[in-house]
Amino acid sequence: MTVLSARGVRKSYAGREVVSGIDLELAKGECYGLLGPNGAGKTTTLRMLLGLTTPDAGEITLLGHPVPKAAREGRIRVGVVPQMDNLDPDFTVRENLLVYGRYFGLTRAQVEERLPRLLEFATLEARADSRIQELSGGMKRRLVLARALVNDPDLIFLDEPTTGLDPQARHQMWERLRLLLRQGKTILLTTHFMDEAERLCDRLKIIDHGRTLAEGPPHDLIAEHIEPEVVEVYGEEVESWFSEHGQRLSVRAELHGETAFCYLKDPAPAIANLRGFPKLRFMHRRGNLEDLFLKLTGREMRE
Amino acid sequence: MMKVSLSWVAVWRRNYLVWRKLAAESVLGNIIEPLLYLVGFGFGLGAMVPEVDGVKYIAFLAGGTICYSTMLAASFEALYSGFARMHVQRTWEGILNAPVSLEDVVFAEWVWAASKSFLSGAAVLIVAAALGLAQSWTMAFILPLAFLIGLTFAGLGLIMTALAKSYDFFMYWFTLALTPMMLLCGVFYPLSNMPGWLQAVAAALPLTHAIELGRPLLLGRWPEHPMLNVAVLLAYGVGGFLVALTLFRRRLMS
Repeated sequence: MTVLSARGVRKSYAGREVVSGIDLELAKGECYGLLGPNGAGKTTTLRMLLGLTTPDAGEITLLGHPVPKAAREGRIRVGVVPQMDNLDPDFTVRENLLVYGRYFGLTRAQVEERLPRLLEFATLEARADSRIQELSGGMKRRLVLARALVNDPDLIFLDEPTTGLDPQARHQMWERLRLLLRQGKTILLTTHFMDEAERLCDRLKIIDHGRTLAEGPPHDLIAEHIEPEVVEVYGEEVESWFSEHGQRLSVRAELHGETAFCYLKDPAPAIANLRGFPKLRFMHRRGNLEDLFLKLTGREMRE
Repeated sequence: MMKVSLSWVAVWRRNYLVWRKLAAESVLGNIIEPLLYLVGFGFGLGAMVPEVDGVKYIAFLAGGTICYSTMLAASFEALYSGFARMHVQRTWEGILNAPVSLEDVVFAEWVWAASKSFLSGAAVLIVAAALGLAQSWTMAFILPLAFLIGLTFAGLGLIMTALAKSYDFFMYWFTLALTPMMLLCGVFYPLSNMPGWLQAVAAALPLTHAIELGRPLLLGRWPEHPMLNVAVLLAYGVGGFLVALTLFRRRLMS
């Protein structure tokens, strides 16, 4: 069953196309990641999928409703965790959930009935009457997630859900997202953390300049585009080592600043060679989603 | 073009709930400021200006003060509080992710600012009544009038909110629109004291029409051109709201 679909979606601002024909299809119960550098078109895509921005071309169906025409009907069964917290600072934790529920047409009694489960999900039972300013960053993030569940949505949009959180809070967030997936919810996630996408996503799409660069399950994509082994080499003399040995020993090798990235099928010869250069430090690891992301989108800084 | 649904009520209630938390302070402000105006100007100036239009100066001033206070109440709400909810706190962003449209949100803000104006009007009415300045049954019309004045100035104010980059921008509206209106539209003196060309300018400004309704109603008289006054206030309010909505769409939904 398709929960969300988009075909040929385009959007230009002042003659500059920021989304140039995006297609996507989310099946019920999957976690789908939308990855891309800053300015790749992720936020505009999310806004169009929710019916908050009108596309110039393309078709979008959100939970069976055409968007943007019937976006309001579509959003009745959608939860959104925005990139930046927009909790109501004038209200307590409990009031935030009650007031937000009203936007979905829920009565106070209906939200009151869901409240204990939402507070438990967010581990905020003891904080129900705290003001928002008294909550830590992780607590606020959990409350935003609980708020997105107030209407018991089928589909949840998460825009960079763990940006700015410490490792403990990130792991807590992942646990909760897995719980939601086990309950059969569908998730659309954007993130800058490749480990997060690799951990959570069943499928993902990497976009840049408004176009799809790759789409599929993370491990298939890595296997398809990236050599299985990576040796990163650092040190002052890395440049000469790179041109004399690194390139020769690797299937593919790149030098960025003082780091050489050697992509290999068999790391043993390169590691044996590096033992002869005590001034160089190196790290051997498996090829990962970050390698793929950087290969497809380049290493230049984005504004 | 207008697609306001009943969801606006939920947004209005959100603002009402926040107000209720700070209601004591808010009502206190609504009462004390007009009270100071009436007592200060009414008695201070009133000693030198014994009578205007056949009534004591303080009674003359009360009608202007009600219109001026309600204008300010709606303007502060639509500009500063509206901007906080739209931009600073991102409250609108959260609401728009729910099945609520921008039209619902802006309509709710409009009606809410007018509701604040209503509350302010009620507070000044109580002050005026306590000072013995409102004794006629016509003063009951002050309450719907306060709401209407609120719609007028909230509609216009929301245009400023839709254009604002920061709070500083609102100084233009206060210095170039609201303060001139306070000084030129007859809050403190009869318009007939002004030169003809200034009277003509004032006749085009909404606060003048508010005062042409509010002052006689408080003094127990019937306004001279009530239909015209109501029509002008509504035209400014509805026109302002529609322009603001177009600007908000451009700003937030493009």
